[in-house]
Amino acid sequence: MKRDIHIILNLFASSSRLQKKRAYLTIAAIAWGTVAILLLLAFGEGLKRQLDKNRRSTGENLAVMWPDVTTKPWKGLPPGRPIRLHSDDVEFVRERMPELQAVHGEVTSWRTALTYGRKTVNGRVTGTNYVYGEDRKHYPVAGGRFLSPEDEINRRRVVFLGDELAKDIFGDENPVGKTLLINNAPYTVIGVMQHKTQMGVYGGPDTNHATIPITTFKAQFGRDLLNVLVIQTQRPEEMKSELKKLNQILGPKFGYDPTDDRALATWDMVKSSQVTKNVLLGIQIFLGVVGSLTLLIGGVGVANIMYAVVKERTREIGVKMALGARRRWIIMPFVLEAVVYTFIGGALGITIANLLVAATSFIPIENNKVMSFLGRPTLSPQIGVITSLILGIIGLLAGYFPARRAASVDPAATLRYE
Amino acid sequence: MTIINMSEIRKVYDTGKVKVEALKGVDLQIHEGEMVAIVGPSGSGKSTLMNLIGCLDTPTTGCYELGGQAVSGVSRDELAEIRNRRVGFVFQNFNLLPHITALENVEMPMLFGGLRPAERRRRSAELLERVGLGDRVDHKPTELSGGQMQRVAIARALAMNPDIVLADEPTGNLDSSAGSDIMTIFTDLWKQGRTLVVITHDPALARRASRMVEIRDGRITADHAAAA
Repeated sequence: MKRDIHIILNLFASSSRLQKKRAYLTIAAIAWGTVAILLLLAFGEGLKRQLDKNRRSTGENLAVMWPDVTTKPWKGLPPGRPIRLHSDDVEFVRERMPELQAVHGEVTSWRTALTYGRKTVNGRVTGTNYVYGEDRKHYPVAGGRFLSPEDEINRRRVVFLGDELAKDIFGDENPVGKTLLINNAPYTVIGVMQHKTQMGVYGGPDTNHATIPITTFKAQFGRDLLNVLVIQTQRPEEMKSELKKLNQILGPKFGYDPTDDRALATWDMVKSSQVTKNVLLGIQIFLGVVGSLTLLIGGVGVANIMYAVVKERTREIGVKMALGARRRWIIMPFVLEAVVYTFIGGALGITIANLLVAATSFIPIENNKVMSFLGRPTLSPQIGVITSLILGIIGLLAGYFPARRAASVDPAATLRYE
Repeated sequence: MTIINMSEIRKVYDTGKVKVEALKGVDLQIHEGEMVAIVGPSGSGKSTLMNLIGCLDTPTTGCYELGGQAVSGVSRDELAEIRNRRVGFVFQNFNLLPHITALENVEMPMLFGGLRPAERRRRSAELLERVGLGDRVDHKPTELSGGQMQRVAIARALAMNPDIVLADEPTGNLDSSAGSDIMTIFTDLWKQGRTLVVITHDPALARRASRMVEIRDGRITADHAAAA
């Protein structure tokens, strides 16, 4: 073994090299393929991370339910009965299902006049429970806060604004502490939401609405019929059973069949996020395959050139065989040569791809609609490992098959004639 | 001692449609210290015989022993090892590796033979000295004349101290003066006790041999001690 390595390295060192131009072209082809695969995978990784972030920005482990109309008869009641939930039903669910992370209800007033000074903007006002701030990720910009339990108990006239709505109303002014009229009733602005990009929304993006305590909403608008009921489980895998339990609790109370999945129209965000994950995985695999094919073409180039080299060196191979070279001593230097070209090309490609990815980090991602959706191309260690593996395999194959042809040279036939 | 012992050697080339019988039962014994010239017209089976003697190919049927070792039914790698240890080749067109020096060319069989680098270097330099190229060790073949290249090839053939030196038209590509130098080297080797087999058209070279074997149409037609 040690002798083999000694001989192979010696032969590799003493065998003629590719002509420079050919070597450069070969290395360039591999570098190009490497850049292609790395950029595609980096793009996929960035997209995945960004979408993941955007998906989570609505909230995690949530299910949203819209009270709707029954489709099954229940204890002598006909189908087609509307189901109505009120703000106190939120407390009922909370008591019966204490294992839930959070439960909140939402009451919405669409196109409501929000007035500050001489400016009036029509916006969406949502009355909800204070837990909403945490489970729906309404995090305040520093200097403000979200609704508190006291706001809810005391029916305070306080409002928390989505950042884009705040900008529409207040412009560049800091809204916190200012007074705003909602349908001509004064409210104090207690906080503005940190900007976020959402993957999935219901009712509209969070950046664009105002939130007030659900108790205050009832007092001012005179209604507390829930538009939606939202539950949050502690772990994603609990969602399915919790939804079933919820229907078993609410069904008897409101008179609908617990198996009637239309009484409360449900959006299970855990389930849909699984779909998104699968789609993303699909996209990543697709990008990886496209990149690998590009790299493969580079590999075919290397193999092609190595075949030509084997042909050129037929006599050299025959001579070595006549002098007593074994099969593997003929094969391995060729494989080594192909691997060296692949390695140099790969290293070059990895360097270029890293520089390009680093360059994209200078593109600002905030306030850029495209970038905030696509995310920033990111090179992860896994991408590096995958690419190196593919490069290694391509290098070995591109060397092995031409080398095998070299080893099949018949020395008797090559030595005698010019 | 018998170095080469061939009996009833047949070689058939099967090209798919046509079968060509290149050797039709050859019996040949070559003893230690002989210098044998193998002569014959082209197409006579000379080259085939040389490939078989040099273990570059194996016979279709028949028995061949080289230095007491049977050469049949062995793997390609074993055949390579037999060539490495027992046969030194000298070719008409020299067949030196063009991009390495004379010294490295002579070292090549010793690399395959598993000699240590220092030993290879020492022996290679010594052999080149013996063929009169002590001042050309670091030259590449392209920087040498035909006669010099053939002398490098002879040094390379001697590198592993083989049982026989097998030369195929060694003077064929050389002018008469360089050719006569090479012949002198061969004669000297023979006088030192080497066993040589030379395949040649050159009557001048054939005359220097101790024995002349004539081959015609795949058979040995004459085998006699040289007049000299």
